[in-house]
Amino acid sequence: MSDVVLDLKSVTKRFDDNEVLRGVSLQLHRHEVVCLIGASGSGKSTLLRCANMLETIDGGDISLFGQSLSDPRIDPDLVRRNIGMVFQSYNLFPHLSVLENILLGPVFALKRKRSDVVDEAMTLLARIGLSERANEFPDRLSGGQQQRVAIVRSLAMQPALLLLDEVTSALDPTLIGEVLDLLRDLAHSGTTMLIATHEMGFAKDVANQVVYLDKGVLVEQGTPEQIFSNPQHEATRKFLERA
Amino acid sequence: MSHDASANALETPTLFVPRRKQLFTGRRAIVASVFSSLLILGAIVAIFYVAPGGASVRYFFFNPQQMWESFTGNPAKGLSSVGAGIFTNIWMFCVCEVMVLLFGLLIAWVRMTTSAVLFPFRVLSTMYTDLFRGIPILLVIFMVGFGLPALGLGFISSQSPAVYGCISLTITYSAYVAEVFRAGINSVPNGQLLAARSLGLSSSATMKRVILPQAVRTVIPPLLNDFISMQKDTALVSTLGAIEATRAAQIYASTEFNFSGYVVASILFLLLTIPMTRFTDRLIAKDRVKRLAATR
Repeated sequence: MSDVVLDLKSVTKRFDDNEVLRGVSLQLHRHEVVCLIGASGSGKSTLLRCANMLETIDGGDISLFGQSLSDPRIDPDLVRRNIGMVFQSYNLFPHLSVLENILLGPVFALKRKRSDVVDEAMTLLARIGLSERANEFPDRLSGGQQQRVAIVRSLAMQPALLLLDEVTSALDPTLIGEVLDLLRDLAHSGTTMLIATHEMGFAKDVANQVVYLDKGVLVEQGTPEQIFSNPQHEATRKFLERA
Repeated sequence: MSHDASANALETPTLFVPRRKQLFTGRRAIVASVFSSLLILGAIVAIFYVAPGGASVRYFFFNPQQMWESFTGNPAKGLSSVGAGIFTNIWMFCVCEVMVLLFGLLIAWVRMTTSAVLFPFRVLSTMYTDLFRGIPILLVIFMVGFGLPALGLGFISSQSPAVYGCISLTITYSAYVAEVFRAGINSVPNGQLLAARSLGLSSSATMKRVILPQAVRTVIPPLLNDFISMQKDTALVSTLGAIEATRAAQIYASTEFNFSGYVVASILFLLLTIPMTRFTDRLIAKDRVKRLAATR
């Protein structure tokens, strides 16, 4: 069996007249971490949303484990149960406690028994050092804590792939570190991740592949060394100078 | 070092309320509020004594003896009891509130679906809310109350006026409440929907577990406003001949040529609606306390 998790073939996406993705092709293998870099509006977020079917694509093809998402027999809910997604603004459920936030997916999407999932959820919370906060509501946590809970919430679904959409962009500079540490930890334990980020140092550290997007075009792709030390394209060079 | 204009003032600032206003601080404030309340209340009551027609208004509207008689009713004179009639209003709106909640939510839900199969239902529910928010409730009551019996359809056509009243109220208020629900659902940030769907929750599970619980908070005050106004509108069912509080007061007025029964009915309606508004406020406050307490 091939170990390609996500396969994008010349994907295009437009909102009205605005072409957000112009033929992006990208492969993501098991245990691989790919970082998407590029200015705001370059199409990073849209690419992630297309990958878990929050957006429909206009052209090209996306397949997950060799199954084309354009196939009408595909169930988007099943696709999303296998893909975790974390947002810039955390999007924790404010009416549920931290623990209930984590239980929601496994219990109501996977129909697992609550008592079975609670232990797993508590283990995940222990991993991020928030076990004692399990019964608190999200608004009592700091931004960094909330974002870590959001990451752990998507991990509770045991996804084959994790999509992270600029997860540190809404955070205070002092809180970014704790979230990035968690992501590093995940990368080392072999989690397959597609990360849109502005944190170049982090991308250099953890990525197997770095992809530079500019106005919906995949300009350059390579190992962190290639991209950061020896960029081939003028656009990439200019972007990295500014970043 | 010399102090220039930007230096702090040397004089200690005074922090007391001006002496003139100290009349309204502390315990004096209570005395002042009691005094002003009595003054205003007195002014209102005085109108009934000073006005040229004051005496007849007092006799026709606020006659204690007549008020009591209309409240208890008098079978010997064929007078229905306003006090007993209010119970008809009570069971009518109790039934209607439950029906309106369910029906209104259903309509709001249907209107917000995106499935292609449900397209005709979406159109129907949109038409429904447009239609019944536009027709005066009195006309709906007439159409249902006189129309359904005229159909001659056995069970459907042989109900009591109060039942037809309930049907009319449910039909009309469901249209309003559906819009209240829809506004509440729309007030939940889109990120919540995205997060829930990203976890693989179905659209109905997302609605039930994520969107509705958050929408309920914003929906409760306008919802209870609609309920309070529905409680009052049960009075309109009197036009179909259901003997509820208003109808009993009407009978009293036309038999005894005295309107005190109307005042009694008004007081009874107030006794129902005021606790409801107080209850709403308490509910909201309690919810907040609970949320804060859970975080400690």
